[in-house]
Amino acid sequence: MKQCEMLVIGGGPAGLSAAIEAAEAGVKVVIVDANEKAGGQLFKQIHKFFGSSMHRAGIRGMNIGQELLERCEKLGVDIWLNSLVIGMYKDNVVAIDVKKNLTEHKLEKIQAKKIVIATGASENAVRFPGWTLPGVMGAGAAQTMANFHRVLPGKKVLMIGSGNVGLIVSYQLMQAGAEIVGIVEAQPKINGYAVHASKLTREGIPIYTGYTIVEASGDERVNKAVIAKVNPDWSTEPGTEITLDVDTITIGAGLKPLIGMSYMGNCHLMNDRFLGGWAPCHNYSMETTTKDVYVAGDASGVEEANTAIEEGKVCGIAIAQALGYLEEDKAEQMKKEAWGRLAGLREGAHGAERTAAKERQLLEYKKVMEG
Amino acid sequence: MRVVSHPVLGEMQNIEWVNIIVNGKPMKAKKGEMILAALLAEGIIVNRYTAKKHEPRGIFCGIGQCTDCMMVVNGIPGVRTCITPVEEGMTVDVQDGLGSWRGDK
Repeated sequence: MKQCEMLVIGGGPAGLSAAIEAAEAGVKVVIVDANEKAGGQLFKQIHKFFGSSMHRAGIRGMNIGQELLERCEKLGVDIWLNSLVIGMYKDNVVAIDVKKNLTEHKLEKIQAKKIVIATGASENAVRFPGWTLPGVMGAGAAQTMANFHRVLPGKKVLMIGSGNVGLIVSYQLMQAGAEIVGIVEAQPKINGYAVHASKLTREGIPIYTGYTIVEASGDERVNKAVIAKVNPDWSTEPGTEITLDVDTITIGAGLKPLIGMSYMGNCHLMNDRFLGGWAPCHNYSMETTTKDVYVAGDASGVEEANTAIEEGKVCGIAIAQALGYLEEDKAEQMKKEAWGRLAGLREGAHGAERTAAKERQLLEYKKVMEG
Repeated sequence: MRVVSHPVLGEMQNIEWVNIIVNGKPMKAKKGEMILAALLAEGIIVNRYTAKKHEPRGIFCGIGQCTDCMMVVNGIPGVRTCITPVEEGMTVDVQDGLGSWRGDK
């Protein structure tokens, strides 16, 4: 069995940042990532990030991804690609299925002194009659196709959801050449940033607030969508139906943390709707209730790539400290700075809810550990 | 449909092509791209039919999590086409239900 000091599960913004921070202090890090390329979802984020300059505002997500990968390479971080973690056992042993090609796989086991769960999140689905038809897909799926693979999944798109994902992906599909037939939002007002929404309304794209999707129809592919007004009790108002000709319906209805690893690691989970549902609670060092198992990024509650980066840094610093690579004073100061930047990032829209939710996670950790 | 020119990503350049066979018909694909992307570029969106009700399924998550895009690739069923790159001479077929194995693989 292989041994390592720090094993990071997931090479997205959180995992890469955790690895960089620890490796800079001297920790030997292995990252395992299930995909062909590390970087998580950064490479499909071709838009510029928000925030202040210390949060790399104005830099496109894809460029941040490239920068993180280059830093990992320079620091000698060992990145295993096509490597899917399939088990977490006692004594910090992790089992990994390494895919060689279509038929050949190899099972590897690694025992790590410290483990970071940075598995990210998955998209929520919205169920309505016809939702399984080809052409109905996650907003992130459409974004991956258009921006990363440079293939348009369809030409006439209806977006469900006006959060930042729904708004940004709509705009990006339009940039890639699709027609956005409309955006529906069940709530009475647009959910994402006004600056994103106005880019779309300026182009004449209708945003149907207070509307929801009723059904999708088609034979081998969706060709019609029916939307209707939502009543305060979430039923739809008869007579308000609008039928739209579409070939694609994209669902941008939020994300939920991927908690498979945390569950397997016996980390105490808590449900918080402001963080996307169930997620492991953790302490100020991002360590979960399972000793030596840390969590960062969307896997610890859905937020954004820049919060994932800062949480990853906290993990990396805390692990370097725990393994004796960083002196306590210095590590505590660095953690404090990262938490300060996190507080800054949690000042924007929905920030107060997220700040409160993260505080509940810290409190829950305390309660569980103090029994 | 391929996004050949893009306001942020620029022009698609230096494309190398490989030949694949999709549902028995020859097709060009971009070297190294995912099977699913090659198919969508040609407007092919049905990847499989469900076992019980024989309903069509196509791309849903696009990142290897949901299994809606599984097809029979080189005679091997259950291959997630959104995370499997094309290779010269590859055969790709719509999967019926759980699919069946072909050949000696």
